[in-house]
Amino acid sequence: MANVLVVTSGKGGVGKTTSTAALGAALAQAGERVVVIDFDVGLRNLDLVMGAERRVVFDLINVVQGVAKLQQALIRDKRLENLWLLPASQTRDKDALTDEGVGRIIAELRTKFDWILCDSPAGIERGAMLAMRYADEAVIVTNPEVSSVRDSDRIIGMLDSKTVKAEQGERVTKHILITRFDPARAARGEMLSIDDILEILATPLLGIIPESQDVLRASNVGSPVTLNNAASAPARAYTDAARRLMGESVDMIVPAERRGLMNRLLGRRAA
Amino acid sequence: MGATAEATRQLVRMRGRSYVAFVFTPEIPILGWLAEIDATLARSPGFFVGKPVVLDLSALDLSGAAITHLVGNLEERNIRVLGIEGVDAEKLTTSMPPLLTGGRSCVITRTEPATEPAEKPEAKPKPTSLLLESPVRSGQSIVFTDGDVTVLGSVGSGAEIVAGGSIHVYGTLRGRAMAGVNGNSSARIYCQKIEAELLAIDGYYQTAEEIDASLRNRPAQAWLQGATMKITPLN
Repeated sequence: MANVLVVTSGKGGVGKTTSTAALGAALAQAGERVVVIDFDVGLRNLDLVMGAERRVVFDLINVVQGVAKLQQALIRDKRLENLWLLPASQTRDKDALTDEGVGRIIAELRTKFDWILCDSPAGIERGAMLAMRYADEAVIVTNPEVSSVRDSDRIIGMLDSKTVKAEQGERVTKHILITRFDPARAARGEMLSIDDILEILATPLLGIIPESQDVLRASNVGSPVTLNNAASAPARAYTDAARRLMGESVDMIVPAERRGLMNRLLGRRAA
Repeated sequence: MGATAEATRQLVRMRGRSYVAFVFTPEIPILGWLAEIDATLARSPGFFVGKPVVLDLSALDLSGAAITHLVGNLEERNIRVLGIEGVDAEKLTTSMPPLLTGGRSCVITRTEPATEPAEKPEAKPKPTSLLLESPVRSGQSIVFTDGDVTVLGSVGSGAEIVAGGSIHVYGTLRGRAMAGVNGNSSARIYCQKIEAELLAIDGYYQTAEEIDASLRNRPAQAWLQGATMKITPLN
């Protein structure tokens, strides 16, 4: 039973592509057959984060328009053999996507994969609408700040009204993934707290990804953070989130401020 | 004499006019087809009463006698055949309905016969309130000018509720609420927690900046006192 999962947010730059790659790789590591699709036509990034940018021949638009077969456009990951990428076109724009074409591709992928992860572009226009159109589940990526949370709220409203599931009277299963969470700033009250975010969005939490240099480092070398440094804090948080997606119950770890011995001594002295 | 007779003679005037008729296409076996007609009549008696009916026999090869028999059978069911289509003219005798040609198909707008008035569904009074059981998300706009709106959940920042009557929010009101938009100055806005961007009643409004900070995050109501909007805590 294939699961179509859209990774979306409304706002740009919150970590949709990073999260798609990290969750996709974590699911594939757990033995699931996974394909990640880049819906950001014209501004593609997922191929870079996955480290597959030098192997792109055909893309999503070619398949939508019937120029290439799905098998020709799918790129197999070099590290995980059950992880595949369907890249976006960089030379076209979102108008090249059609509802019918996307529906056909998703239906075909459903027969071949366990998980179909759709990396949504930012915004609420055609690309984002078609990325969520056929979703069974949604991961809403949110940063702990008001603008991101409000945009997420807007996207949740659209998931409840504009998807095929919603039109059939069913519901898209929604999860909140909080990224770029900085425990030190949260402790100082400079960020929205986890409770505030969940209270505003009234949607279950999938995971909390701490702000970390490891994320940027992994992107730069073209590797999902869960593969690049599996022991790092963000990688562990993404792996836990992926396990929750598969239905396991995993304790939620709220990232806490790590203070060294010296810090603690200094802190005590200052107090 | 002859001239006067000429002057008073009425001319017979002929005009063409087309009408919509039901076209029946009987199928073999005819008895089975008649049973279908009976079933339709059982469901809605009087469905064909007073309606012009044309028989299209082009799919069948019936003798003159068989056609007479079929027309008779339909008449027994109170279905009067206006004309017959798709047979050779020589098969029809003068006592039979005339042969029709040149028919064009069209859409029949079904006006169901008025059955017993008792069965008629009573015209429901328009609902005067709207209940929303899920949160109203950012960007959503709920407009209900016929009465009150109740939300079991929060109203997100960037969402708006427009009501002809009062607005009740059993959650946090972070968006805009506009009550009494039809000029109802006695409409009120109630919410479990007030963080609204804008409150308006009958055109009088307050923005978030004007709402007293001490009210924030508390249950509150807003109402109109003359031309000023009052916002007070609920407990």
